[in-house]
Amino acid sequence: MDNTNIPRTVPIQSATFSNPINAEIRRAAASGIYDIRGGGAKRKVPHFDDLLFLGASISRYPLEGYREKCDTKVTLGTRFAKKPIELDIPITIAGMSFGALSGPAKEALGRGASAAGTSTTTGDGGMTPEERGHSTKLVYQYLPSRYGMNPDDLRKADAIEVVVGQGAKPGGGGMLLGQKISDRVAQMRCLPKGIDQRSACRHPDWTGPDDLEIKILELREITDWQVPIYVKVGGTRPYYDTALAVKAGADVVVLDGMQGGTAATQDVFIEHVGLPTLACIRPAVQALQDLGVHREVQLVVSGGIRTGADVAKALALGADAVAIGTAALIALGDNDPKWESEYQKLGTTTGAYDDWHEGKDPAGITTQDAELMKRLDPIDAGRRLRNYLKVMTLEAQTIARACGHNHLHNLEPEDLCALTMEAAAMARVPLAGTDWYPGKAGF
Amino acid sequence: MQTYDLEANGLRGLNSALQELNGSSNKTAWEIVNPKGSHAIAVGLNAPIDVTINGSTGYYCAGMNQQATVTVKGSVGPGVAENMMSGTVIVEGDASQYAGATGQGGLLVIKGNASSRCGISMKGIDIVVHGNIGHMCAFMGQAGNLVVLGDAGDALGDSCYEARFFVRGSVKSLGADCIEKEMRPEHIEILKDLLARAGADAKPEEFKRYGSARKLYNFDVDNAQAY
Repeated sequence: MDNTNIPRTVPIQSATFSNPINAEIRRAAASGIYDIRGGGAKRKVPHFDDLLFLGASISRYPLEGYREKCDTKVTLGTRFAKKPIELDIPITIAGMSFGALSGPAKEALGRGASAAGTSTTTGDGGMTPEERGHSTKLVYQYLPSRYGMNPDDLRKADAIEVVVGQGAKPGGGGMLLGQKISDRVAQMRCLPKGIDQRSACRHPDWTGPDDLEIKILELREITDWQVPIYVKVGGTRPYYDTALAVKAGADVVVLDGMQGGTAATQDVFIEHVGLPTLACIRPAVQALQDLGVHREVQLVVSGGIRTGADVAKALALGADAVAIGTAALIALGDNDPKWESEYQKLGTTTGAYDDWHEGKDPAGITTQDAELMKRLDPIDAGRRLRNYLKVMTLEAQTIARACGHNHLHNLEPEDLCALTMEAAAMARVPLAGTDWYPGKAGF
Repeated sequence: MQTYDLEANGLRGLNSALQELNGSSNKTAWEIVNPKGSHAIAVGLNAPIDVTINGSTGYYCAGMNQQATVTVKGSVGPGVAENMMSGTVIVEGDASQYAGATGQGGLLVIKGNASSRCGISMKGIDIVVHGNIGHMCAFMGQAGNLVVLGDAGDALGDSCYEARFFVRGSVKSLGADCIEKEMRPEHIEILKDLLARAGADAKPEEFKRYGSARKLYNFDVDNAQAY
């Protein structure tokens, strides 16, 4: 039989064994080690893009865009602190360490945040003078590693954030690889230069909410009850974690979803552990409401916040403020196309560069290399961050006015609908064109 | 001598009064009565004063101490002298978990026994325990000295960095990457000084020294089973 005229089956790529999956199998087989990278979850998960605002209509009227005020101020830490943090905008800069980031990058974050009237946050590794000096409002992270922790810096902080977990790796610690351990980083962390620095996954001197309550008491006693105490958790069990943080005495709960970035951890951890940010907010707000402390204990949401629309949606779902990390780095210059040829040399491309742990960042942000660091002008980068924060705020105000609100905090779930069943279920807002969402009684 | 009744006057008043002191104050000696296991007693001090606590305390007694000498005439709960920067803390009884956790300087003396995780993540503190210590002590210890006149429990010095451990008695087991090391003359001198300052009746030559083998300092997949 002549087979030459029989049509051939076209090659079909396996959805299960896709090219990226196969490439990872080959990489693992060749190297014997899991993939480590920076950033947050890259997989597509239900997100703020799956929500829409309804806008004003006959039942409610809008505010005039360039005439009527829409306030953006937020106060964090009103529960117990003598000096709550007052911010001009509800967008803060998330914790990122000196060590993971260069000194100029930390300075730029401080400059940009301060110019926009908001706070920035230290990270694992302690507080640097340039960061404190350029940040009018600085939140000092209290982490399991306690690298660089000391009472003098604690008292210089405008707030203290007890970090229990983060969205990229809830339940995991960290690792700053040896190539980023410069003399200065080593000195601040009290470890030899060039070795891999592990950050523990649990605090060394407390376990569980009862202990946390006592730890918070100690921190308040050391700081004369002056500054707010935040508790940051990764998005895993947001209802219970929020309730327990409140029980332990937190002034502010920071909730970080799986799109939230990290300086370095296993890809399998980033992509397979934790909840999408969208799924975290309503349970956390529910916990605050059930305890009668919604708005008294403020909720800060982070993980994949990119635009003013994302800010408005997070606030409409009940958050008091948001925090940005990855977006702030992009505003500074991370993954900028002007470095494309150098990304190519590193085997990657603009927008996909995530080997932040290797310290070879062409943009000079996630590095301790003295030459690469020079590429980032902290004044220019700080200005870009300020501009970006301003734009996000204007966008959120535009939406709020269109919904008839004179303060961003007046946005509410009733302003929203969902484009997908999943988003409707997670955000607990109706599927577009209906008055129903999955889980709502009556169906 | 200033006497402060903690039960009658409250924690905030005590810590506030002690934290306000500086090197020029004449109120350099304090006695705290009726501690009754309260938490966070004498935390965040930063002056060369002497504080004596007559009784046992709860969590984090003398936490983040700087300069002060704090003596507890009783036992202490978890996290005594946690993150201490300088000064001296003396516990006449026993200490619960995490004694001296993450301490960066100063001297912590425990005249009784210390429970698990004593010296966890220590970053330069010196700790002398007259009795025994529990399991996982000095886990991830970075710097400083842990001296134990009695025995050590399981997994001493697990995943440690550059901290040194001196044990006179037995060690039930060593943690990952922790090994026995040669006791050189400089270590004898360190030990002699610490024993004297801690009022310990022991000879340096009776101790063995332990520390990091430094094999886990840079990740190697072939060591994965050790993590």
